[in-house]
Amino acid sequence: MSTPIQLRRLVKAYGDIEVVHGIDLDIDPGEFTVFVGPSGCGKSTLLRMIAGLEPITGGDLLIDGERMNDVPAARRGIAMVFQSYALYPHMNVYQNLAFGLETAKAPKAEIQERVQRAAEILQIVPLLQRKPKQLSGGQRQRVAIGRAIVREPRIFLFDEPLSNLDAELRVQMRVEIAKLHNDLGNTMIYVTHDQVEAMTMADKIVVLRAGVIEQAGAPLELYNNPKNLFVAGFIGSPKMNFLTASDDGAGIKVAGNNVNLSRSVAGTATLGVRPEHITIAEGSGIKLADITVDLVENLGGQTVVYATTSDGQPLNIVLEGQRKVELGSTVGAYIDPARLHLFNAEGNAI
Amino acid sequence: MTARSLQSGASARERAATPSLWSRIWQNDAPGYLFLLPWLIGFLGLTIGPMITSLYLSFTDFDLLTSPDWVGANNYMRMFTNDPKFWASMRVTMFFVVFSVPLKLAFALAVAMLLNRGIKGLPMYRALFYLPSLLGASVAIAILWRQIFAGDGLVNKLLLVFGIEGPSWISNPKTSLWTLIILSIWQFGSPMIIFLAGLRQIPQDMYEAASLDGASKWRQFVKITLPLLTPVVFFNAIIQTIEAFKSFTPAFIISGGTGNPINSTLFYTLYLYQEAFGFFRMGYASALAWVLLALVGIFTAFSFLTSKYWVHYDE
Repeated sequence: MSTPIQLRRLVKAYGDIEVVHGIDLDIDPGEFTVFVGPSGCGKSTLLRMIAGLEPITGGDLLIDGERMNDVPAARRGIAMVFQSYALYPHMNVYQNLAFGLETAKAPKAEIQERVQRAAEILQIVPLLQRKPKQLSGGQRQRVAIGRAIVREPRIFLFDEPLSNLDAELRVQMRVEIAKLHNDLGNTMIYVTHDQVEAMTMADKIVVLRAGVIEQAGAPLELYNNPKNLFVAGFIGSPKMNFLTASDDGAGIKVAGNNVNLSRSVAGTATLGVRPEHITIAEGSGIKLADITVDLVENLGGQTVVYATTSDGQPLNIVLEGQRKVELGSTVGAYIDPARLHLFNAEGNAI
Repeated sequence: MTARSLQSGASARERAATPSLWSRIWQNDAPGYLFLLPWLIGFLGLTIGPMITSLYLSFTDFDLLTSPDWVGANNYMRMFTNDPKFWASMRVTMFFVVFSVPLKLAFALAVAMLLNRGIKGLPMYRALFYLPSLLGASVAIAILWRQIFAGDGLVNKLLLVFGIEGPSWISNPKTSLWTLIILSIWQFGSPMIIFLAGLRQIPQDMYEAASLDGASKWRQFVKITLPLLTPVVFFNAIIQTIEAFKSFTPAFIISGGTGNPINSTLFYTLYLYQEAFGFFRMGYASALAWVLLALVGIFTAFSFLTSKYWVHYDE
């Protein structure tokens, strides 16, 4: 079931303090949208407003074209997976999964069938008689997702569902949630502060900061064309390098080095360079700066170089493969000019 | 020197170097025992000693003036076969326990849930509601209660406003015990504070998940709050039941120490007191005390045994 969601000038205030400032967003039917941003940016609040767990102060929330501002949470056709899993500790897995259907007074046979189907999808059939305390973190997370699935909602909401899991399990569950989206095809909204989760799972990423949308779009669109310094710094791992650049009319200079760019800026600007786009091999694009190598990390598949430009600005480089780079050596950093990002003094992309 | 004598010489040296067990205990543990001593003296002298003495006395005839006469199990036999007052006091006490404890716990939980809604001035309300728990068992409050429920007391004066002429609640055998039950419920502060702490422990997420599932407030209470609160209910039930079995002062003051009218407020402890300090039948009173202890012990053991079926412990 694919359901569109529209947010129109959505506002949330606690007393006089406004925390979500007039958000406009269209989520297409069946789209996997990820709200991402630092702590306190309002991403969870926005999700809870959509769920009906937080009253909406202003604007409109439309689900399938219908205004939902005053519709109780239970009648929005939404299921939510919580960060804490919110499993009922005194009920076994079966009872946890069946709770919503029992509340809706569904026939016993139907409850049994739907619980069984959800358990099969999530491969938790052998766990049905266990209590949550007898489950591992990953199993609990599956049960929490199962509880959402059995209700067959129009929309799934996930509030940082993987943040309590260890790194390995997080990757595994990430893949499973993505598969689930492919299989079910429902509209899903997923909140995370982890940009890797956002990049790998989303059809659309919504980057939030201080209650406003900084940029919304497909993951690669945000990666390739960040609108501002905040998005550029937030999307991508390792983080984008930012170098102070100046333009005295004779071209852009970084660390005393003339960067041969066709673009120009008035006064100072910031040059954004992703670590994976820089090389130290001469002849690969234009020369960015001379750098001194401070530290080298060999990860096997990649070599990470931590360096400093001649005017003391840090520059991180990710080189493919196993590369021998000498500590303390001075080398040239090169880049394809098409990969450079230029931001004006206000931090907006030029 | 042979190898054997070398070995025995070495072990003798080790023995000399290793302090004996007692000196080690003295050196390491003495300060701990020293700090424990005041409590230990009190525990042995004021609790264990009198308990053993009273157990012995329960098998004797003892009037404080002459030395105790060993009577075997006569006191216990008399209690169960030939003492209507014992059964009367048992009935009154059981009635009091069965009604006062659940009603007090229900009232405490209701107030705790009201206070848990994040109202303004919570610390003030908490303190105000807790106050009766501190004052409730006092003589002064029992005297005040007697005035409130007397024939010309506050309750009847209030009823008169509505044109109702109330009875003397305390001197009516049908209502006298209920005045004590109401006094007990009024002291709901202590279980309320514990309920409030228990309610604070229930994660908000669970209610949110339930509300997304369409669960009404009542269903949330029955299916989430109550089951998750069962460890606290269990604790409060045990403590309050023991307190109820031990209840003495209100009945003593309100009935003037008689347990009247018609033994309707003759609590077990009041009967025990009458036997001990009214008739100086210390042996019989000791037997009564041990039966009460056994009764409380059986109730507590039964509660613990059944708790695995209804108390839900997380993690």
